[in-house]
Amino acid sequence: MAGSNPAMGMNKMRAAAKSAALWVGLLFAFLLVDMRQLQPVFGWAFPGVRPEIFDRASFLELFWSHLALVAVASGAAALVGIALAIFVTRPGGRDFRTLVSMAATVGQTFPPAAVLALAVPALGFGPRPTVVALFLYGLLPIVENTVAGIESVPLAVCDAASGMGLSRWQVLRDVELPLAAPVILAGVRVSVTIAIGTATIGSAVGALTFGTPIFDGLAGNKLPYVIQGAVLVALFAILTDLLFAGLARWLQPPG
Amino acid sequence: MIEIERVSKSYDGRTVVDDLSLDVPEGALCVLLGPSGCGKSTTLRMINRLVDFDSGAIRVGGEDILGVPAETLRRRIGYVIQSTGLFPHWRVADNIATVPRLLGWPRARIDSRVAELLTLLRLDPGVYRDKFPHQLSGGEQQRVGVARALAADPDVLLMDEPFAAVDPVTRDALQAEIARIHRETGKTIVFVTHDIEEALRLASVIAILDRGRLAQQGTPLEIVENPRSDFVRDFVGAQGIGLKLLSVRRVAERMRPGEGAEGAPIAQDASLADALGTMTERRCDRLAVADAGGRVVGTLFLADLVR
Repeated sequence: MAGSNPAMGMNKMRAAAKSAALWVGLLFAFLLVDMRQLQPVFGWAFPGVRPEIFDRASFLELFWSHLALVAVASGAAALVGIALAIFVTRPGGRDFRTLVSMAATVGQTFPPAAVLALAVPALGFGPRPTVVALFLYGLLPIVENTVAGIESVPLAVCDAASGMGLSRWQVLRDVELPLAAPVILAGVRVSVTIAIGTATIGSAVGALTFGTPIFDGLAGNKLPYVIQGAVLVALFAILTDLLFAGLARWLQPPG
Repeated sequence: MIEIERVSKSYDGRTVVDDLSLDVPEGALCVLLGPSGCGKSTTLRMINRLVDFDSGAIRVGGEDILGVPAETLRRRIGYVIQSTGLFPHWRVADNIATVPRLLGWPRARIDSRVAELLTLLRLDPGVYRDKFPHQLSGGEQQRVGVARALAADPDVLLMDEPFAAVDPVTRDALQAEIARIHRETGKTIVFVTHDIEEALRLASVIAILDRGRLAQQGTPLEIVENPRSDFVRDFVGAQGIGLKLLSVRRVAERMRPGEGAEGAPIAQDASLADALGTMTERRCDRLAVADAGGRVVGTLFLADLVR
């Protein structure tokens, strides 16, 4: 019977999750391309707001820009964060462990809005200060997870690896990183998902993101724009999280 | 084969290995024996440079180990540890193939070597090749650990309390396995343990360590019959000394050549302890003795055990 075999239950759950990504993706794509279809709905719910659909830029345009900001900032955070974490787990870098943790924590607790305010005079308006803010904000989960992942690799395994003649680099590449990978990926997943939501703040300094309709809507008292922007950000974040979940399952070694 | 010459090692002012000199002849199974903290594991790990020593010299095969890059040295020395340290994300075959891969062996040679080693360790290659470590029992994991250490056919094998973490039945089987492999391959093995019985069973030479110093070095028989200090005497165990003496002597030493006796014969290189056990089981006072080929060559009498 279905309930008595856990493997079958897992397969069912997996299939359901996969299709969740599919459904969310379809909904997201539909709204990106054809939000106009909902014009009557917004018109009915918010009489008096014209135009009902945000039209200063296409949602697709907003998507590409938003995606690019997150991709660049998260990519940089992943590279730098993982590198720093590897450094502090090496014999030479152990002394810097606390320092790096503190720096990453400050990066996340310092409000992104404040980072933007400080970065704009140096970098101008638009995408550049936004990327800087997102980068700093996204470092902590990646650094901490990478360190935790590497430290969770059993000492005996590393000892055996060294004892057999793997160089320090080979131990890192072939043993530590693969075994830490699930935890590292979890950290990147959290960082990216949060970055998607946080990137909206870039619109305050002129970057093109899903925050643009939100800010426009708040400024001009046009609630439909706020809803449109927020729903798209939420769907984007959920979809990304589901895709990461799928990636994690795919990377999980059999057995 | 391995020369340890006046080696010392301290951690934070505490001397762990103290001016230790020890020679391991080629083909010997040298057991480093002693209580916790005596420096036996540290000494073992100095041989493959996992631990750096402060003074002295160590040579393997006549070559100073500091004259080769550490990785090169380690790829020529097999290393087995208590918790196996198998790579959990690799299959058994890939674990065993680790050093051959590092050495750049061709694929076909690696595959056949993996099968050969699994068979040597009595694991069916067809069944075990593609399993992951977590799918194996403790005993099976350690067999894979030994196979992995032997993969590149090193002349020297270092084993750090390899059987301490398995149950007694499995430990007994693995000890027999190592003894057999040693007999069949003639490799030089350095084996660390705190278990006197294991040492007496396996060793061709025992080095007893006491707080970083060599207390005595000799064959199992010498250690048991002629302990040179109270420490050695106490460590070997005044308790059950009689049975220990039996376990280090062979049937061949006490048998009377000629005709045999009734019943299945015992091997002439079995220990007198095994013979006593067999006599007890069968409730008899004599056993036929056979040579390696199975031919009866004499009789062992109970009375001769205690001569």
